[in-house]
Amino acid sequence: MAATAATTDESVVFDKKAWMGGVEPMNASYGKLMMWFFLISDTFTFSALLVTYGLIRYSYPAYSPEINGVPFHFSNTYWPVPDHVFNALPFLHGLNAPLIFVGLMTFILIFSSVTMVLAVEAGHRRDRRDVEKYMLWTILGGFAFLSSQAWEWSHFIHGTEEGSTIRELVAGQWVQHTIFGANLAENQYGPPAFADLFFFITGFHGTHVFSGVLLNILIFYRTSTGMYDRRGSYEMVEKVGLYWHFVDLVWVFVFTFFYLV
Amino acid sequence: MATESAVSTLSVHDAEHDHHEELSFLRKYVFAEDHKTIAKQYLISGIIWAIIGISFSVIFRLQLGFPQLKLEFLRPLIGNWIDETGKLSPDFYLALVTMHGTIMVFFVLTAGLSGTFSNFLIPLQVGARDMASGFLNMLSYWFFFLASMLMFVSLFLETGPAAGGWVVYPPLSALPQAHMGSQMGMTLWLSSMALFIVSQLLGGINYITTVINLRTRGMSFSKLPLTIWAFFLTAILGLISFPVLLSAALLLIFDRSFGTSFFLSEIYVAGEALPNVGGSPILFQHLFWFLGHPEVYIVMLPALGITSEIIATNSRKPIFGYRAMIASMMGIAFLAFIVWAHHMFVTGMNPFLGSVFMFLTLIIAVPSAVKAFNYITTLWRGNIRFTPAMLFSIGLVSFFISGGVTGLILGNSALDIQLHDTYFVVAHFHLVMGASSAFGLLAGVYHWFPKMFGRMMNEKMGYVHFWMTFIGIYCIFFPMHYIGIAGFPRRYYAFTSNDFTKNIFQDMNSFISIMAVITFSAQFLFLYNFVYSLIKGKKATQNPWHSNTLEWTTPVVPGHGNWPGEIPAVYRWPYDYSKPGAKDDFIPQNVPYSATPESNLPHENELISLEKAIEAQNYNDQFKQPH
Repeated sequence: MAATAATTDESVVFDKKAWMGGVEPMNASYGKLMMWFFLISDTFTFSALLVTYGLIRYSYPAYSPEINGVPFHFSNTYWPVPDHVFNALPFLHGLNAPLIFVGLMTFILIFSSVTMVLAVEAGHRRDRRDVEKYMLWTILGGFAFLSSQAWEWSHFIHGTEEGSTIRELVAGQWVQHTIFGANLAENQYGPPAFADLFFFITGFHGTHVFSGVLLNILIFYRTSTGMYDRRGSYEMVEKVGLYWHFVDLVWVFVFTFFYLV
Repeated sequence: MATESAVSTLSVHDAEHDHHEELSFLRKYVFAEDHKTIAKQYLISGIIWAIIGISFSVIFRLQLGFPQLKLEFLRPLIGNWIDETGKLSPDFYLALVTMHGTIMVFFVLTAGLSGTFSNFLIPLQVGARDMASGFLNMLSYWFFFLASMLMFVSLFLETGPAAGGWVVYPPLSALPQAHMGSQMGMTLWLSSMALFIVSQLLGGINYITTVINLRTRGMSFSKLPLTIWAFFLTAILGLISFPVLLSAALLLIFDRSFGTSFFLSEIYVAGEALPNVGGSPILFQHLFWFLGHPEVYIVMLPALGITSEIIATNSRKPIFGYRAMIASMMGIAFLAFIVWAHHMFVTGMNPFLGSVFMFLTLIIAVPSAVKAFNYITTLWRGNIRFTPAMLFSIGLVSFFISGGVTGLILGNSALDIQLHDTYFVVAHFHLVMGASSAFGLLAGVYHWFPKMFGRMMNEKMGYVHFWMTFIGIYCIFFPMHYIGIAGFPRRYYAFTSNDFTKNIFQDMNSFISIMAVITFSAQFLFLYNFVYSLIKGKKATQNPWHSNTLEWTTPVVPGHGNWPGEIPAVYRWPYDYSKPGAKDDFIPQNVPYSATPESNLPHENELISLEKAIEAQNYNDQFKQPH
């Protein structure tokens, strides 16, 4: 961003004696501060969504073996147990692998944060090759996460082979029908609100990851064209890194709320 | 971006370079990145929105004051919203009320007030060349402009703009079949607000980082003018509260358009049962008021900051309790986030929870009273100059007190059962937040007009404008308290069905409406004054109010970069007015203590030794090494 500026007026000679203005409390540049304040703001966006999740979720009863019977089965009268919803793996049809796939996704995202840290660290050393290498890994991790999420969504939408029989009141009549998978209006795994919240919140997070990947690609491009070398500072890597870690942190909360509790 | 502004700034003021490359018209006036131009863009937009927003209130006041009145003469303006009998359509009445609220709260008193004065004053008063990022600042205005356009377009829809009240509570707002205003009008309302929130975010991070990182040397936080403190805290409030509205708006968009049920459950519309189950409309209210309450202070704090500055300057006295002012603003800003449910006492909330929110709400009276007393004690035995800006500031204090006192009544969860959603509430918030912050805006315009445009506003017209508006506003909102206590609910098209509303108070309603028309017409005097002074006003001097803050050390009309040459250093707080022993009755912030031995207090003499340190402060290379 600041790059456009730096290239436009490079001929200007600075008067070293003149006060340029500006103090940097805690040595944080204004750009880094902006990113931090944006993240604070975004925290509140996600908090509002997670509060919404919590409120709606706890307005539904939880599954209870004594009341609802064993083994667990899907019903729109209580909130489903995530172990039974998210138990599929690609290419391994019919296998019961509770939370394995989402665990893998989480691992990929966390790992991409590690490579991001390495990229930032390489930036501090102004090691262009290392920044390139680790940014590439981070981008790859981001895409891997997004593709996994796409598969998970697709599986969630298509549902299990047998579907679920749901009894509901439609225009004053009790009707019974079988639902396969979930969309914003119907849900084979439990109350429609479960699917609504799942699509909205993981989708909103996924959008954040996607913008993060785009930013990472931008950074990678600018690094490899040598822009940050010329500028003498790799701070942009750090700023985008902040965003990437934030998106990771949000996933930890999303993961906890949707899959663990 | 900021690099650019600093770079080009320097090229402007480089002594060797008299000429610098002229920016194209588009970059200079339209997609401008100069904070002063952006401030003016916000000001003009705010004024246009204010005319629209207030004229809406005048139209629905005509309906309320004179229910039998034929409004045929408005047909050229609002077309078929005047029905065949020549009366205002009830549907459009609701739309008018909604749009009046939305426009005034968001577009006039948030964007118009903060947008104008935060942009204009932050760099000038902290001693910076421009905002941290001129580019984001430009984007902020244009996102606001887009939001404005969407809202403006919604006024011309066949089904009308949003009509569910400015709070857009679902299920009314979520179901297109509920009311015509919940159709396309509501969609545009939500899209417009989403863009508006983006604009607020971009503006907010700029204001905050500019205050933190771009202060001139010597300008510590304890030397910042109270205006800057107010803008700073306002920006933080906006940054934290607006995203919650964004979430609520996005969820509502999904409920409206994609069949989810976040805010909907068990609803019948026209005898037909809807399939939505599981959501909660009360949840929306919680999310909305988590923004909505801080929003009140987003509107109010800048006005209070502007008032602090103007009252101190024109009383020729230091502001009373500078630190207490900062502390009370911080207190208000903090409390703003934990009182939202006092808007929801009658939603069936647990009474114990209600009592907690009542307790927290009433605590706000403490910092507010501190501020009110500080204004009064600043005025006390001051050498007061009644400029129009000063009159408006004093008017603000008056409104803030008389509107704040009724806040104590409404904040009480038991009394609120009677008063909720009556005209008492309308009277309360129009005085304490609407009129007060509008007065802050007007005071700011009168006070900083010379710095913005290099000319003085006409004082005579300013006086007439002030007295008409001041008296008018009290005449409008004081009687409204009685109407509210009598039980008249807000947002009603006509009062025909209840015995208690049928005939009584009609005269009072008519009186209010007449005063509303008079007060509205007085604003055209201001507009005339604004335009007239812009072209023919008396030329301003560099520091016409003999004020201490840094913006008055710039040239009469500051150019790009604000100060030719070096930015002044700051050695003292901004309120050294009428200091005993001093030559003049004001000592600007950039005058070192060593230059004023005659007026220094003992501890200030000790500060002289620090001046060297201030001057030697790092020749910061923030802009030489772009990040």
